[in-house]
Amino acid sequence: MSDDALGQVQLDHRSLLLRSEKATKRARIDRFWRTILLLAVGVALVPLASILGVTIYRGAGAINLNFLTENPPFSSGVEGGGYAPAIFGSIYMTGLAILMSLPLGIFAAVFLVEYKRSRLAGPIRFFTDVMTGVPSVFVGLFIFSSLVVDADLFFGTVPGAAALAVLMLPIIVRSSEEVLRLVPQDLRNGAFGLGLRRWQMITRVVLPAAAPGLATASMLAVARGMGETAPLLFTALGARQIVTSATGTPQGALPLQILDEGRQALPAAVERAWAGSLTLMVLVLLFTVGARLLAARSNVSSLS
Amino acid sequence: MPSTTSSTTPLKRGLRASRRQSLADPAFRWFLTLTGLSVLLVLAWMIVSTTSQAWPVFEKEGFNLFFSSEWNPGNARDGTIQGTYGGFQFLYGTIVSAALAMAFALPLAIGIALYLTQLAPKRIARPLTYAVDLLAAVPSIIYGLWGSLFVVPMLLPFMNWMSQKLGPWLPMFEGPVRVRNLFVTSLVLGIMVLPITSAVIREVFAQVPRDERLAGFGLGATRWEVMRHVVVARSKAGIIGGSMLGLGRALGETIAVLLIIGGNPRSEFRLFNTSQTVASQIAAAFKEASPEYIRALVALGVALFLVTIIVNVIARLVVSRLGHVTGDAAL
Repeated sequence: MSDDALGQVQLDHRSLLLRSEKATKRARIDRFWRTILLLAVGVALVPLASILGVTIYRGAGAINLNFLTENPPFSSGVEGGGYAPAIFGSIYMTGLAILMSLPLGIFAAVFLVEYKRSRLAGPIRFFTDVMTGVPSVFVGLFIFSSLVVDADLFFGTVPGAAALAVLMLPIIVRSSEEVLRLVPQDLRNGAFGLGLRRWQMITRVVLPAAAPGLATASMLAVARGMGETAPLLFTALGARQIVTSATGTPQGALPLQILDEGRQALPAAVERAWAGSLTLMVLVLLFTVGARLLAARSNVSSLS
Repeated sequence: MPSTTSSTTPLKRGLRASRRQSLADPAFRWFLTLTGLSVLLVLAWMIVSTTSQAWPVFEKEGFNLFFSSEWNPGNARDGTIQGTYGGFQFLYGTIVSAALAMAFALPLAIGIALYLTQLAPKRIARPLTYAVDLLAAVPSIIYGLWGSLFVVPMLLPFMNWMSQKLGPWLPMFEGPVRVRNLFVTSLVLGIMVLPITSAVIREVFAQVPRDERLAGFGLGATRWEVMRHVVVARSKAGIIGGSMLGLGRALGETIAVLLIIGGNPRSEFRLFNTSQTVASQIAAAFKEASPEYIRALVALGVALFLVTIIVNVIARLVVSRLGHVTGDAAL
């Protein structure tokens, strides 16, 4: 190769490295926006960290064993006492609610997945999606007017649980549907090949295969139900002692008690409200994170 | 089939199901259909039950319930309606606070979705997605407590400063700055609807075909240019759907708003003053309300339900064309 040609090549090579002014500017704009996008994520994480931090900081100072086992004091201005009735009521109502909504929700999801060619599947799926967006305060009013007033049940555990169940139902249907859809088609075909009827295939093959995922779905629903306040305002009403009766007596709940005391200007009441918030947060995160871990460990699609 | 006239060989008889067994499948199918329909039934029952409860109020007020601001609750116990119920100021508060919340949340949600789907390495994207979704798990009462007892004191100097500097020029910033106000309410609402909005937008961004993005790079576009002209440009419907789902949530949020917004409705737009939404009015007034007043609150609830259901149906129609949105933030 002659020197001349070599020079030419090098020159061309250098020209590739040359950047027009416009390209530099575009690179700068690119860098600028990528930084902005990173910042957006950062901005979203600040409230999360702040909520968790403030709740733990304010709550940890006020929480102790007495808080979990005692009744709230008669007057909110007094220090001490605890949220035992509220914690009990929350667990009681959420438990009842999951008993009401879980069977219904899972079977509805089975219908959507196993009979997807039914003409009803489309509308049911659509309105379940829509139902996840119904304001929780409206669900409270619904149970108030249907059960508390029309059915003459008065405020209490069952109406509160029913309101939570209505809120949990679409969540269970939606997340169970996702889980059931992950069950491999081969399992179904194999079951049919062995001569099982469809109902046998569903109850003996599909549901057991999806069981861990369905547990995840119900845990998510529990987490959501436990944190709801608005629907309980008109159905459970709130209580300051432990209430075991299913109907006839107003029932307490953690969010209701926090709302009640968190709005007052009394330091002792606010203190208890923060401790209650920490308790609620721990319960909710336990179920949310637990559901995640369960889902990660038992991947349904790994069955195939 | 071989042409045997004596049709019932032992084997064949064994294969034929008994009457009870052959009914099992259709019966099971009916049972499942009924459980599926129960979801629709609950929704229908909701509408019928609340509407009938509130009917006397609808009958008396008609459209005044939406367009009048005269709110004088009565005390009748006999099922008659003696007060005046014009809920315009509450509807106004609801719409303004939700719209403001979306103004805060939407740019942030798009930014998060772009970063998580286009820029972040997988190792980082996953925990960050979890973290953003975790915002959806925090109970609204805790948002309310955090907003009223932590965010308000923190932002108060900033709000005072804004009001002093901008108040004389723009009436929306005019003082006095109240401790409970619309601005902080919308800010907190924006944070609350961030997970669902960004989850939907994330999903549509992730669906942009790889080929189209690579084609963009092949033409010499920078990462930002590809995001701007390929990813976002292709996902407009999803962005609209996601923000409407967020809007639906913001319209219906009750407890966080109740704790932060202050409770005094106002028909002019003042960021730093109190306000009241339909949902928070229902929650605030219920405990001390007369039977007549409760009917009016249920009527307000029905109005809120109608607004949110319309927003949600449109949003779901937009989103469902784009495929199924997964993940628990979308619930």
